[in-house]
Amino acid sequence: MKLQTRVYQKETNINPFILLKEIFGDIYRSRFLARQLAERDIKAQYRQSYLGIIWAFIIPITTAAVWVFLNLSGTIKITDTGIPYPVYAFTGTLLWSIITEAINSPTASTFAAKGFMNKINFTKEALVFSGIYKLIFNSSIKVLLLLLFVFLFGIGFHWKLLLLPFVILGALLFGTTIGLFLAPISLLYKDVGKVVVVGFNFLMYITPVVYALPREGIMRTLMLINPFTPVILTSRDLITGTSPEFLTYYFLVLAATLPLFFLGLILYRISIPIIVERNA
Amino acid sequence: MHRMEEKEVLIEVENLSKKFCKDLKTSLWYGVKDLFSSLKGNKEERLLRPREFWALKDINFELRRGECLGLIGHNGAGKSTLLKILNGLLKPDAGKVTIKGKVGALIELGAGFNPILTGRENIYNNGAVLGFTRKEIDRKLEEIIDFAEIREFIDMPVQNYSSGMKVRLGFAIASQMEPDVLIIDEVLAVGDVGFHIKCLNRISELLKKCAVIFVSHSMPQVAKISTSTLLLEEGKMISYSSNVSKVVLTYLSRFDMEQSLKIQHKETLFSEVKIMGKAFDENLKAYVCKRDEEIEFQYDLEISPNIEKYCITLVFNDVELKPVAAVTSLSDNQPFINNGRRRHIIKIKNYFAPGRYSINCNAIEMLNDRQWGKTLFQYQNHFTISVINANSFTHVPIQLKANWN
Repeated sequence: MKLQTRVYQKETNINPFILLKEIFGDIYRSRFLARQLAERDIKAQYRQSYLGIIWAFIIPITTAAVWVFLNLSGTIKITDTGIPYPVYAFTGTLLWSIITEAINSPTASTFAAKGFMNKINFTKEALVFSGIYKLIFNSSIKVLLLLLFVFLFGIGFHWKLLLLPFVILGALLFGTTIGLFLAPISLLYKDVGKVVVVGFNFLMYITPVVYALPREGIMRTLMLINPFTPVILTSRDLITGTSPEFLTYYFLVLAATLPLFFLGLILYRISIPIIVERNA
Repeated sequence: MHRMEEKEVLIEVENLSKKFCKDLKTSLWYGVKDLFSSLKGNKEERLLRPREFWALKDINFELRRGECLGLIGHNGAGKSTLLKILNGLLKPDAGKVTIKGKVGALIELGAGFNPILTGRENIYNNGAVLGFTRKEIDRKLEEIIDFAEIREFIDMPVQNYSSGMKVRLGFAIASQMEPDVLIIDEVLAVGDVGFHIKCLNRISELLKKCAVIFVSHSMPQVAKISTSTLLLEEGKMISYSSNVSKVVLTYLSRFDMEQSLKIQHKETLFSEVKIMGKAFDENLKAYVCKRDEEIEFQYDLEISPNIEKYCITLVFNDVELKPVAAVTSLSDNQPFINNGRRRHIIKIKNYFAPGRYSINCNAIEMLNDRQWGKTLFQYQNHFTISVINANSFTHVPIQLKANWN
């Protein structure tokens, strides 16, 4: 049998096609590792807590509740959303939480392996994919809860719901891609992680999460540019059964996400030895 | 000793260099810069930037299947850095490493364990990190549990394991690897004596089939299993040879380990111990003694009249300061009666294997009924001798004389 030969030197191969071939080969070979790590973390998460997944809902539910209260009490006046406001707010915050979790996932999964990353050589991309598995698991529970909530408000079953899993997967890929670009720097500098948290808190308010797209003004322009807008709105429209308004932009975002995801994987691969050396 | 059968070269290291930064903030900033230069392919030559130093500089060697390279050097000499580069964890700053075949590392045991999951579940976690497939682990599961000797506790959360049990489980999993290149850091000393022996046996099984790089501070261990030895100091190759004893002796001579210490009881009025007729070698920092020659010690003592009888002992320690031999005047039935200032000449035939030994010189009060009394003085590591001129280097410190018929 011919032995596999590895060469380690300073020069990096930057031909994206060769790199991608290597990366996907490694990801395929380490598929068991990715699954096993996801299984480990999910099991551990539930074995150590009675409330388990509830914790994943607390923030979106409380955020939605605050906005519902502000709206009902008349403290703030919100543009008509076309559907019951609690449904609007809750779908928004929950979808938002799915996307932000996806954005954090590559950094968080890599950080969790810091203890042995500088001792054992394994395919680090498996960490990203174990993150995706965990996201799929957590998101499906969130979506089930969301559907339950939506049915309680009298929005019945409709065929568009069958497209929901694909839209959620799209949202996860979108978030993970952003996360892959942030991971190399935020693994080196803790500041970046903090800036990201603050930044996304702000970003939520220029995305139609808890209020609808205004009819005019600077806010409308900002929201229309914001690539999170079509992702959130299309997902919400599918849940509530209204016809999606921003499909063109949505598909544009998705079409850009896929090549960017590959680019993110390349960036991740190139930066891992530097992270291991400088900060592990 | 080794058949010169040319097996395939599995590890080839050419002009390998690696630099590190002394300061974290600067290091992180260089990291960001390196990230951008990596994206451009890292073509340009790398020079030292402010606050950087060479952790490894111009390392060259090759290793074939069946060979074992013992990597020795002081703490911080660059041994672990070299292992990390060979393991593909760090990228070189200059030079090239070519490795053929599957690489296994016995550096970190139990990576990927989650403390609240059971031992059985964690076998899969750690196995996955080490690159096993689910099928392979299924197949090896029973063997792993038996090797670790923890069948009774295998379904208990790992956080309730003792540290010894964790390490045993970790080793049991790692030792299932079937690598072509094996990298071993000094994690070998795990568990109790029984398990330690099991580990060493398992490693020697692996040694035959792989090319091994082995880092240790235990010179007997290095001498026992290496086929060649590389001495690193401040990132540079000081000595590299298949003559293991030569490299080990160079290493030991650079080591100022034998801190001498003198403790003297007030009943001792005067004491001086000398080694006679041996040249002190400045390079080896030791008295050079040939095998089978006599080593002569001279004790000058004056002990207060309160002490009636005393005896003299000499203890020989190996490089790890483990006592390996002793002489006492008592066992030669020589308790000395104290009658004022006196000179003792002690001659000892040198049966030591080549290597380095430090000597403790003591005198102890004798009571009646051959009981020990006060320690009159104690010179710890008073002399260091370096035994040369023997045919082979062995990890057994004393070579006895025998009649061969």
